[in-house]
Amino acid sequence: MPIEFRKKPGIVAYLTAGDPDLATTRDIALAAIDNGADVIELGVPFSDPLADGPVIQRASERSVAQGTTLTDVLGIAKELRAARPACGLVLFSYLNPVVRMGMKTFCAKAAEAGADGVLLTDMIVEEGGEYLEAMHVHKLAPIFLAAPTSPDARLKAIAAASQGFVYAISRVGITGTQQNVAGDAAELVSRLRKFTKLPIAVGFGISNAEHVKAVGEFADAAIIGSALVALIEKSDPAEAPAAVGRFIAGLRG
Amino acid sequence: MSTSDVVNSPSAAVAGRFGIYGGRYVPETLMAALEELEVAYAQAKDDPAFQAELSDLLHHYCGRPTPLYFAKRLSEQLGGAKIYLKREDLLHTGAHKINNALGQGLLARRMGKQRIIAETGAGQHGVATATVCALFGLECVIYMGEEDMRRQELNVYRMRLLGAEVRGVSAGSATLKDAISEAMRDWVTNVRTTYYILGSALGAHPYPTMVRDFHRVISLEAKAQMLEQEGKLPTAIVACVGGGSNAIGAFYEFLPDANVQLIGVEAGGRGTALGQHAARFQKIGGGVPGVLQGTYSYVLQDDAGQISLTHSVSAGLDYASVGPEHAMLHDSGRASYVSCSDDAALKATVTLARTEGILPALESAHAVAEAIRLAPTMAKTDVLMVNLSGRGDKDMGILARELDLKGAGANADRV
Repeated sequence: MPIEFRKKPGIVAYLTAGDPDLATTRDIALAAIDNGADVIELGVPFSDPLADGPVIQRASERSVAQGTTLTDVLGIAKELRAARPACGLVLFSYLNPVVRMGMKTFCAKAAEAGADGVLLTDMIVEEGGEYLEAMHVHKLAPIFLAAPTSPDARLKAIAAASQGFVYAISRVGITGTQQNVAGDAAELVSRLRKFTKLPIAVGFGISNAEHVKAVGEFADAAIIGSALVALIEKSDPAEAPAAVGRFIAGLRG
Repeated sequence: MSTSDVVNSPSAAVAGRFGIYGGRYVPETLMAALEELEVAYAQAKDDPAFQAELSDLLHHYCGRPTPLYFAKRLSEQLGGAKIYLKREDLLHTGAHKINNALGQGLLARRMGKQRIIAETGAGQHGVATATVCALFGLECVIYMGEEDMRRQELNVYRMRLLGAEVRGVSAGSATLKDAISEAMRDWVTNVRTTYYILGSALGAHPYPTMVRDFHRVISLEAKAQMLEQEGKLPTAIVACVGGGSNAIGAFYEFLPDANVQLIGVEAGGRGTALGQHAARFQKIGGGVPGVLQGTYSYVLQDDAGQISLTHSVSAGLDYASVGPEHAMLHDSGRASYVSCSDDAALKATVTLARTEGILPALESAHAVAEAIRLAPTMAKTDVLMVNLSGRGDKDMGILARELDLKGAGANADRV
C-alpha cells in the first residue's frame, strides 16, 4: 500500500479531474507529485457536490459540463499510476456516480487502474457494508472522514473502518480556504489518536505554508484542495502544471 | 421479511430503511446532528405534551381537520366515480406543508435551536416555515432556486413579509434540488446552532419517517371522514408526488387496506426525454436507483450518474429524486405512479376552477388531472379521493401567462 508520508508533514493534493481538462489534470498531478505531494486525491466531478464550497463546486460544474465521467477519471488514474508508481493515489467521489457504475464494478476498476484508496464523501461508516467488502476484496484502502462534531464512539468506528489514513475535517463547514486553521482540528486529531495508529491527515481550509506548518505540529499530513483548485481556475491551462508545482514546492516552507 | 410484508405494516419502517431505499448518505459533519434529531424526535413522538401542543395548534391555528368535500358538479360532469377532495388547500398558509413545518418547528424549539433553515420549491414549505418561525420567534433563512423565485414571486414576498430571509440559489437548474444542496451546505457549516426543517419526505434518516408522520394526519382524518360520509373506504386515492410528502400523508393510513388503490402523479412536464419532466418512476426516460441528498431512491440521472435537470410547470414537483418510501411502494406495487403533462395540469386547473369554484395549486392540479382521466373509467359506485394538497393563489402569475387570462371570455379550451 503506497500511501505513505515520507516527509513530515505529508502533503495530500486534491484535484477535480477534468478541470480544465483531463490531460491538464494529469500534467498537474505529475507536477504536484514531482514537487513533493505524497498523495493525489483525484476528484470525480459531480453535479451536486453538497459538501463542497464554491471553488470546488465551480470546478465540478466546469468538468461535468465537458462530459467528464467516472470512467474518464479511472483512465487518468491509470496513466498516473503508470507514470509515477510510487505515489499515493486516492479516488475521491460522491456516491451517485459510483452507485451508477455499480459498487463492485467500481472497486474492481479502481484497483485495476492502480488506485490505493477511495474516499466517498457522502458515505458514512454505518452504510459501508457492501462497499467495505468490495474494497477489501480488491485490497483498496477505504478512507473515511472524521468531523469535529463526531462523538468519540463515531471516531472509533471511523478509525476502525479506515485504512491508509484518516481524513480529519479541520472545522465544521464545507470545503474552502480560511484564514486560520481552527482549534477544532487539533482537538479532533488528539481525540482520533486514541483510536488509531494510522496517519491522520487534516483537510478543509488548508491553503498555505503557514497552515501546513501548523497542521504538522499535531497531525501527519495536510490536505490541500480548494487553494489548488482556485490556483488552477485562475491559471492559463498551459501554465497550470508549473504553477501548481511551484505552489506545492513552497508548502513545506 | 419481504418487501410486501413491510408495506403491509405501517409501523415496519425501522432504522430509516424502506425496503432497500432510504438510509443515510451525508457528510460526516451532519451525523451527530442527525443522531441528535433522531433521539429528540423519538422522545417528542412519545411525549403526550408534545403531541397535545401539536394537535392544539393544528386545530386552532391551522384549521384542522380539513374538510373532505364531495365534488358533485365535477363528478357529474365526468360521469363516473364520485370524486372527493381532501381540502389541504384550506389550511393556514394554503397547503399541507404547514403540518410538517409546525411539527418540526415545535421539535426545533424543544431542542433549543434558535436558528431555522429550510429549502423551498414552490414556496409553500418556505411560507409554512417562515410562518412557524414567526409564531415561535425563531430566526429563519429560506433557500430557494432563482428560477423558482421568479416563478413563485408572490411566495417570496410572503416569506419576506413574515420576517424570513430568502436566499436565492443560482447553481445548477436553480430549482428545488439546488436549494436543498445550499440548505445542506448551510447546515454543515452551522450545524451546532441550526435546525434544518426539510420540507418533504426526503433526505437522510430520520427525515423521511418524521415528515411522513407529521403528514399522516391527512389520511387519519380522511379515513374517518370517508367512513362517516360514504360508509366505506375510497376505491382509489390520487395525490401528486414531487418529494412525495402530501402523497405519503394521504396514503399512509390506507397502506394496510389492500383494496384501496394508491396512485401517485408525477410531473410529466413537456415530454419523456430526460430534462423535460420530473417523472422518476416513468418507464422510459425515468429514474434509476441512486443517491441524492442523503437518501437512496429513484433518481433522474445520466449514464455516468450525474443528476439530470428536470422540468415542470409546478415548482413543487420539479425535483430529480423522490421520497424513499415511495420508491418502496413503487417496487412492491402497493402504489402505482403515473405522470401528467404540464398542459393536462393547466387544463385541470381550469376545469376544477369552473366546475367547483376551487383553484388548485399547479402541483395539486396534477392529481386533479389524473382524477379527471380516471373517474369516467370507474363505476358510479366507486369513490375517488383526490388529495388537494394546496391552493393556486401562488400560481396566478404563471396561470395568467400560460392561459392568457386578459380577455373576458373563457380560454379554457386553449389549454
